[in-house]
Parts: sequence; structure tokens; C-alpha cells
Amino acid sequence: MSTQSSVVTSATELRAYAPTADLTVSPPPSRIERARPRTGTSPDNLRTEPGPVRFIIITLAVTFLSVFVVLPLVVVFASAFSKGIGAYLAALGEPEALAAIKLTLLVAAISVTLNLVFGVIAAWAIAKFDFTGKTFLITLIDLPFSVSPVISGLVFVLLFGAQGFFGTWLQAHDIHILFAVPGIALATIFVTFPFVARALIPLMQEQGTQEEEAAISLGASGLQTFFRVTLPNIKWGLLYGVLLCNARAMGEFGAVSVVSGHIRGETNTMPLLVEILYNEYQFVASFAIASLLAMLALITLVVKTVLERRLDEGQEPRDH
Amino acid sequence: MSIAVARRSSLPGFGLTMGLTLTWLSIIILLPLAGLFLKTFELSLDQFWGIITSRRTLNALKISFGLSFLAALVNLVMGTIIVWALVRYRFPGRRLFDAIVDIPFALPTAVAGVALTQLFAQKGWLGAPLAELGIKVAFTPIGIFIAMVFIGIPFVVRTVQPVLIDLDVEIEEAAASLGANRWHTVFRVILPSLIPALLTGFALAFARAVGEYGSVIFIAGNLPNVSEIAPLLIVIRLSEFRYADATAIAVVMLLASFLIIFAVNRLQRWAQTRIPAH
Repeated sequence: MSTQSSVVTSATELRAYAPTADLTVSPPPSRIERARPRTGTSPDNLRTEPGPVRFIIITLAVTFLSVFVVLPLVVVFASAFSKGIGAYLAALGEPEALAAIKLTLLVAAISVTLNLVFGVIAAWAIAKFDFTGKTFLITLIDLPFSVSPVISGLVFVLLFGAQGFFGTWLQAHDIHILFAVPGIALATIFVTFPFVARALIPLMQEQGTQEEEAAISLGASGLQTFFRVTLPNIKWGLLYGVLLCNARAMGEFGAVSVVSGHIRGETNTMPLLVEILYNEYQFVASFAIASLLAMLALITLVVKTVLERRLDEGQEPRDH
Repeated sequence: MSIAVARRSSLPGFGLTMGLTLTWLSIIILLPLAGLFLKTFELSLDQFWGIITSRRTLNALKISFGLSFLAALVNLVMGTIIVWALVRYRFPGRRLFDAIVDIPFALPTAVAGVALTQLFAQKGWLGAPLAELGIKVAFTPIGIFIAMVFIGIPFVVRTVQPVLIDLDVEIEEAAASLGANRWHTVFRVILPSLIPALLTGFALAFARAVGEYGSVIFIAGNLPNVSEIAPLLIVIRLSEFRYADATAIAVVMLLASFLIIFAVNRLQRWAQTRIPAH
């Protein structure tokens, strides 16, 4: 492996990070192994820090992550089970909890499906063709990552609220968007908009157009080419985008909170119910719902790690 | 829209996919954001200025931007230390801790919010010992700061990590063989080449903290002028049906985050022109 290739990879990776406030591509663990300081001629003590310094740095890193990241996660489960497993299960069996779970699943299904279709279409246009303004278009797609969740909800209130641009018309026709499922879905689509496109664009750009061009010249139609040639090549990347999109869709709080209206049993998603129960001092119930969301996050992380390894392997032959 | 077409590829579907992309993008992203700016133009400049410079708004903006800046600074330092440990050293549980860095990304913000509050509340696992020392974290600005540190740490780590991994070891060896001691090599050779990535990570963590809502509001205390963040003030104004106020604050925050994206993009370009120089 030449140093040249690793430098190029780092440039590509930086580009993948570039204008976003959410890192959809994190370095796969296998790269770290590869990057171990290779055999050198200079004595070891010149290429690493003295033992005590190493010890202090590792201790600081481990302590910081344990206190600020691991401990909050532990608190979620400890609080959820603080009154025993019976109370935990009872809290999850409440009609309110079940309604919130159902609404969260519904909203995630709607927004992930729409963003999946859009993401693939957008990635095809952006990755497979050259046109001016491409960077600008990618920046627009990334925009929701850099907008505060609260503002993501606010923009829909301004459009569809009683005093909003379409408010009077909607009221006259008795159409409910705000404080109802359509509004919650719209806000969720907005905040999860970039995930799938973001995962696919770098991958499809790297794969180029040769395989597709060969298929077309052999007489395949556009759709055949996509489903037989492109889709198998991007399936892990697609899954990766969908996974992160889903995690955010189910966990979104700020944007949904603004448009939901907090109607109990009707427009409360799981994160909103966590807030309501917590503010009512129903800690076991609140943390029981929170523990489901925390498990979703942990599963997402595990699957993500597996997918990253797949993606890394998939790219290996192209690198060399 | 200035997306001119100059297609070179012989693949089909450009017109269709580009058309659908622009349509969907316009409906979901551009129209709602345009609505925000249109709403702002309904205000006169004096009204807009009056809202932004009112005491409560100014304090909320100060709290959001000031604490975000401090939290991003802590993330910068701790993130660098974490990256260094993860990339350069071998220790038990290293891979696990590498995965743990992503938890603040993955954990829904409301869950992070209630968990941090529970942890730092007066009777919490960390809140109780801190209270004995006379430090109150939950329901004070310190709590806001803690939540912002939590939410920002992956941005610095995940931005700097790939750059440190790909850093050419030969440069270090050259510095060492030319007689530089380790201290010099780290601070004069390695850290300078990480600067673009460090600044990018800092900017991303800062931007995220400024807009953050869910993980902050539980632990914040939300006292006007003291521990009320700008996103919460937007929500409060909305619930009072003072849409103009909410919009004006939102526009200021949005412009600030656009400036940050712009800065990050410039940083990336700068980083890319530096890399091929090797």
C-alpha cells in the first residue's frame, strides 16, 4: 500500500465530510489497524510519547468518554428498571405509550420511504452526470443538517399554522396538517432529508459510470440498468443511509415538538412522551420509553459498524 | 435556480431524476425556508431590530453562542486527546471506546436530555457528590454547557480521526531523525497538519451546540436571561403566538449557521490544497 493512495483517500473522506453538520461517514475500524505506525528505522521512543504521558492521555480519554457518554446511557436503563421489571413492563403497556410507539413507527415509515426514493433519485442525478452548480445542489440537500431542529419545525408552522401562509385556505377546506400526522411527517422528512443522498453520492461517484454505460450499450433500459447494475453495487451504502435516516426519524424531538401540538394519545411520538412523562415526575415511565429509544440507538450503532466494514471491503478492490 | 446542464454521460434519466430532485427539494426544503425569510420581510427593520435587541432575546443569543463556543473549545481539546489515544495507542477496550464516541450522534436528543438531567440532578450519581462540593450543575448554565459538550464530542473526533490516521509517519520519522525531540515533533510537525481538521471539527461542534434543543432544555432550568437558550425562546414565542418574534430569532440563528457552513467549506478547500503538497 503506497502512501499516495492513503493521502487520496483522506482527501475524499474530507470531501465527504465537507459541508455537513452531521457526519454520515465515519472511519471504519479496519482502517485504524491499517494505519498503525509501520516499521521504521528510528528508535521507538522518538515515534511515540513516554510511558507516563501515554498513560495520562489514555486515562483522560477513557474517563471523559465514560463519564460524559457511557454514564448517561447507563442512567437511562438504571432509572427505567429502578422499580423492577414489572413496573417497567407496565409503563410500556400503557395505552399512551403504545399510541406513541405506533405513531413513531408510522412517521418513520413515511419519512424513510420518501427520503429513500428521493435519495436514490438525487444521487443518480448528482453522481452519474456532470453539470455546473453540483456543489451548490449538494449544499442545498445538506441544509437541514445545519438548521436547528426548532427552526425545522418553525418553518412548517409559518406555512401551515393558523396565521401561516396557507393557514386560512387549509382551515376553509378543513385540512389538518399542523398538530396532526402530516405535519409531524413533514418536519421529520425535513430533518432526515440528507441522510440517504449523503450516503450514496460519494459511493456512486467513486464507482463511476462505466458499468452502467456497458449495460446501456448492450441494450438494457435505464431502469434495468439501475436495478441490475447500480443497485447491487450500492446496496450496503443504501442500507447505511436508511439506517441512519430511520434512527433520526424515530428519535427526532425539537422539530416534531414544535409541530405536534402535544395532543395526548394522538400526536405524541416516543421522544415527546419521554418529555411529558419526565415533566410529570413519572420517571420510571419516562425512562422506560427512553430505554426503547436508547436500544434503537445501540442497535443502530452495531449495524452501522457492520455496514461500515462491508463498505470498506467493497471499496478495497477499487482502491488498488 | 442556476443549475445549468452540461451533460457528458451517455446514461439515461438525467432530465427525469434532476427534475424530481429539484421538485422535491423545493417542496420540502426551499419553500419552507423561503417562507421563513418572507415572514421576516413582513417586519420593518425597526421592528426586527427591536426584537433582536430586546434584553431577553439578546441574553438568549448570548447564552446559546457563548456556551456553545466554550463547549466547542472543550470538545476541541478533549476530542484531540481522544483521537490521539484511539489512533496512536493500543489499550484494552479501544475499539469499544471508538464505537462509544458515536453515542451522542445516535442517542435521541430527548433521551440524552433526561439522562443528563437525572445524572446531574441534586440527588443524581454525579449531581450529589458535586452538590457536596457546592457545585450545582442541573438547572444552571453549567448544565447547558455539559449538554453541549456531550452533543459535540463526536464532531471533533470523527473529523480529526481520519486525518491523523492517514498522516504520513515518514514525516515524523524525518523530524525525529533530524534531532527533534518528541515534544517538538508533536507540536511543530503533527498538530499543525491537523489544524484544518481541528478547526472544522470545532466549527461543526459549535454549530450543532448553537441549534441544539432536546438535550439542553431538560438540564437548563430555562430561566429567562439566565439559562434560557435561543431555540427555547423560539418555542416560547411560538406558543405565545408571537410568530414575528420567533421568526426574527430564527433568522438570526439561521444566518449564523450559514456563515459557519461557509467557513467550514472554506476550511475544507484549504485542507485539500494542503494535502497534495506532500
